[in-house]
Amino acid sequence: MSSASLAHAGAREAHATTTGLNSRKMLFWAFLGSECMFFGSLISTYLVYRGRDSSGPHPHEVLNIPFTSVSAFVLLMSSLTMVLALAAVQRGNLRGTRIWLAATALLGMMFIAGQCYEFTEFFYEGLKLQGNLFGCTFFVLTGFHGTHVTVGVIWLWTLFAMAMRNRLPQERALDVEIAGLYWHFVDVVWIAIFTLIYLIQ
Amino acid sequence: MTEPNEPHAKSKEHAHPGAKEYLAIATVLTVLTAIEVAVFYVPSMKPMLVPTLLTLSAVKFALVAMFYMHLKFDHRLFSWLFVLPMILATLVILALLKLFGH
Amino acid sequence: MATAAAAVHAPAQTESGLWSWVTTVDHKRIGVLYGTTAFLFFLIGGLEALVMRLQLVRPDNTLVSPDFFNQLFTMHGTTMIFLAVMPLSASFFNFIIPLMIGARDVAFPRLNAFSYWVFLCGAVFLNLSFFLGGAPNVGWFAYSNLTSSQYSPGHGVDFWAVGLQILGIASLAAGFNFIVTIINLRAPGMRLMRMPVFVWMTLVTSFLIILAFPVITVALVFLLFDRLTGTNFFVPTAGADPLLWQHLFWLFGHPEVYILILPAMGIVSEVLPTFSRKPLFGYPVVVYSGIFIGFMGWGVWSHHMFSVGLGPFADSFFALTTMLIAIPTGVKIFNWIATIWGGRVELKTAMLFSLGFIAMFTMGGLSGFMHASPPADLQQTDTYFVVAHIHYVLFGGAIMGIFSGIYYWFPKITGRLMDERLGKLHFWGMLIALNVTFFPMHFVGLLGMPRRVYTYAPNMGFDGMNLLSTIGALMLVPALLVFMWNLWSSARRGKPAGNDPWGGATLEWAIPSPPPPYNFGSVPRVGSLDPLWHKESREAALASNQVHGPIHMPPPSYWPAVSALGMSLLMSGMIFGWWFGIPGLVLTLVGLYSWAFEPCT
Repeated sequence: MSSASLAHAGAREAHATTTGLNSRKMLFWAFLGSECMFFGSLISTYLVYRGRDSSGPHPHEVLNIPFTSVSAFVLLMSSLTMVLALAAVQRGNLRGTRIWLAATALLGMMFIAGQCYEFTEFFYEGLKLQGNLFGCTFFVLTGFHGTHVTVGVIWLWTLFAMAMRNRLPQERALDVEIAGLYWHFVDVVWIAIFTLIYLIQ
Repeated sequence: MTEPNEPHAKSKEHAHPGAKEYLAIATVLTVLTAIEVAVFYVPSMKPMLVPTLLTLSAVKFALVAMFYMHLKFDHRLFSWLFVLPMILATLVILALLKLFGH
Repeated sequence: MATAAAAVHAPAQTESGLWSWVTTVDHKRIGVLYGTTAFLFFLIGGLEALVMRLQLVRPDNTLVSPDFFNQLFTMHGTTMIFLAVMPLSASFFNFIIPLMIGARDVAFPRLNAFSYWVFLCGAVFLNLSFFLGGAPNVGWFAYSNLTSSQYSPGHGVDFWAVGLQILGIASLAAGFNFIVTIINLRAPGMRLMRMPVFVWMTLVTSFLIILAFPVITVALVFLLFDRLTGTNFFVPTAGADPLLWQHLFWLFGHPEVYILILPAMGIVSEVLPTFSRKPLFGYPVVVYSGIFIGFMGWGVWSHHMFSVGLGPFADSFFALTTMLIAIPTGVKIFNWIATIWGGRVELKTAMLFSLGFIAMFTMGGLSGFMHASPPADLQQTDTYFVVAHIHYVLFGGAIMGIFSGIYYWFPKITGRLMDERLGKLHFWGMLIALNVTFFPMHFVGLLGMPRRVYTYAPNMGFDGMNLLSTIGALMLVPALLVFMWNLWSSARRGKPAGNDPWGGATLEWAIPSPPPPYNFGSVPRVGSLDPLWHKESREAALASNQVHGPIHMPPPSYWPAVSALGMSLLMSGMIFGWWFGIPGLVLTLVGLYSWAFEPCT
């Protein structure tokens, strides 16, 4: 484990580390841990305030389980396409990489579209951000989740553009892996939200 | 805490899942989601709703984390970096629920 | 060393000039940036305190208006915690951690630079409030719903909330960076239980940061949503509970106080052995205590809320956990004492400050333990008794620990020794002054003087003590001036320090002072704890000065600064509007993308 010099610091190939693990991957897992606390606090607030509304639309009046089940399914499938994209780039399969990255991004956009539709419906049913507690806690929680998905979509399209320009070879699989970790995390947060907010009312 | 090998996906690792396994997991996830929705709608399952749903979603969570996020095959450190904060977040949720009278 | 210079591909690090500082990714330079900026804000926070003490020197005083006094105590607390103590600790993390673990830099040098620039932007942004309608005036913990737009119109609270969000990003980035650095960039042979205690404390602190800051981020999000868009997160008439703010804030706030004190404890754990010529007593126990404090710190937060009516179960639970957490802290203190016991003690200034830390922090810990009992706390809370506790642990503790670190590592950073006589003058002046300032507050608090009041009536028993506190505060000024003079003149004309003026045990003392840009000519091989105090490890450490082959250091970059500015402008858009928000967004995207795609060779 001794090396007299640092190989190109910050370049794609991982240089010697104490654990043998990649530093960027480690950073990202630490970041995901931190995000657990972020979403945990948002979810806590939703749950603490649940049932405290005297006025305004209540969850059982607006939440549309069939619709949300479909969008939950869409997000789950996007995790599948994401992991297929990773498998493709790890094998140097450029075409597969492009296809599965695009598929993931498109499914993500479909999820966002579903959210936009859902939020608009709720708005017309009287659920407002500035309305009752259900309104503010719901929209801020799901809004932050949706923002995370949006950032993920932009990230994926960036990787797709790189792949289209032949700049995503096997050696850069880690870039896709880390994007994948982010994407799966966002999916996993939705699993939690779907269960705690939609199914357990 | 030294690990000579980087656990990147290499072609010679046998335990590493492939497209077939990923598809299988996706199927399981879909089925679990369908069961969750079914439990929600079936009136006779009302008393068991909460524990059932929590268990099912925990299983989904674990499947995505272990297989899609590759935690099952990666170094334990990554699992701890994620699991410990998750436990803390869960405890925070439970503590706040209790403190606010739920 | 001509061979070494030729072999090093580190052109820009040796440049001087403003641009080299703006684009630096060298942890040593970033450490200096943090240290100087933080010290400046320490002085500003001190000035705020001084004006408060002048207002409180006698009853019914009219030096400042009530509202301005409120701005002063809010900004004093916020400044000292977020703009002084935390970044002073960060300056040590930056400069010292890579040196102590035998690394050439942190894991993510550009992220490191980004942290600093975001911190600077946040600090400036927060203080702009003084000139743009008034600083926040709601206390440093900003309880709702005083902070609602109804009861705090104007932009003061917005500046506070947005400012803290910006600063939070800086802290989080640094936290992630140091976790990876410490886990992944240690020199061969430096197992976890061979790391210096300062490194351990930094690791625990970094975990606390990345787990606690998200919680306050959420609390601030709710506050800003309430104020800027009219939501009801903390509006009682809508059924919301203002206590939610308190819980979320203190879930962050309590780990935060451990973030403030653990680095100083780490410094003390380095200084005491060096000047006792004896290894730290019970190294594993000190490490485990630090880890235990990190874990337990999550279980005590509601001891800040004993007066809100939590109920007997919650009160008892938190009283118990709070008393429990005194144990690992006490254990550390005993270990420090046992380190000094039987050693060949050298009373250099750094050592004096560490000894002062032990004494002062113990006092603060005792008053803290008294708060742990809810019935007793009902009398103490929100009085000057708590102010006394806070300042004994934070001034007598964290600040003294930091000064210990400054005197200890100044030679390593600058290559020169500070003047010992001036140092001792500073120490004694400061020690006496802080006791004269804060000890009377115990009494005046128990007599019933509340916190955060701009004046008090005469003949309540407060007069004499307040006068004493103000005198003490004024005594702090010359002590600090002595320090600043010492700093300035030593940096210019101090005696050359050499590699190892103190006979230290840890790796940073094996290399020149100041270190070359690449720190170690070759990566050292570590065979034990306290490597420089064990023959073979010492030889290996000293051998690391030899350059074997080409060294490549990360090139400088301005994208961290650009991204930091962009992000701050984006966030400031919440107050200043689209004119700032849109350019901020554009700058952020340009900055981040350029950073991501910048060639690193």
